[in-house]
Amino acid sequence: MTDTVDTPIIPDFGDSRPAASRPAAEPSSAARTSAKPADFTAPSREDSGPRKICFVASKGNLDTAYPALIMANAALGEGVETHIFFTFWGFDLITERTMDSIKFTMLGNTAMHLPMAPSMPLWAGMGAIPGMTKLTTTMMKKQFDELEIPGVREMLDIIVASGGHLWGCQLSYDMNGLSRSDLYEGVEDIISASDFIELSEGGQIVFT
Amino acid sequence: MPTTRIGGRAIDVNDEGFLTEYSQWDENLAPILAGYAGVEDLTDEHWKVLRFLRADYPARKETATLRRVASVGGFDMKELFRLFPGKPAKKMAYIAGLPKPKGCV
Repeated sequence: MTDTVDTPIIPDFGDSRPAASRPAAEPSSAARTSAKPADFTAPSREDSGPRKICFVASKGNLDTAYPALIMANAALGEGVETHIFFTFWGFDLITERTMDSIKFTMLGNTAMHLPMAPSMPLWAGMGAIPGMTKLTTTMMKKQFDELEIPGVREMLDIIVASGGHLWGCQLSYDMNGLSRSDLYEGVEDIISASDFIELSEGGQIVFT
Repeated sequence: MPTTRIGGRAIDVNDEGFLTEYSQWDENLAPILAGYAGVEDLTDEHWKVLRFLRADYPARKETATLRRVASVGGFDMKELFRLFPGKPAKKMAYIAGLPKPKGCV
């Protein structure tokens, strides 16, 4: 049952060795390759250059803000060049006045249920009751705390310290009538949509 | 789970190569693992991080994520990226003989 391997099995750290000498996962990758058409050649990391990923953060509710932040942080931990472009409601995440009070609403969310009782759906319209947004926001933040997920500002601090790049959308900046002193200090610059398309060249774009 | 030979000893690893037995690691093994992970020279700064990871693991039975190393261990995030470049969380876990960290943040 136990196989002894004399050559050390080394995890794929992505940077130290060329693909050909990587000992890990040989059987499965060989099996996958053989199932492909004979003329199929998968592009390798060496062909395509280092990976790069660009998130568009367009939403400003607490639950919809996190995916870009969490995935950007994960990408940086994997050694991937990472950019986030904040636009429309996502701009609130990099605006000093709003970034510490991002809220969660039940309204419009048909998947709404109590976290610990998924079989008991809640009517999303209850979110219109005064005080409900405050209550649901507090509940969600408490859950994040229990799982040691930091708030928006600390997530951005971590992303910047990890080498991530934050960009603000020019149109959103103009629409909100802001100046640079209104923005979170980690934002590198305010750029246009064309600038973003240019800087994301060769990368993967994820819209959130 | 395969057994591999590192530094002349039989070491249990998972399919990816991460060590699976906390007790099979000692400080003599770290420089060899570091070499495999592309970290050529283990300085005192590296050792501080590795010792934090080793000390943090037993009670939680879970490898500290990068954020935990920074916030609980008190290390600077930029420093961690400099010491273990590329995939810092995975590299430091591997060199410390611990499983790959599972947490999202």
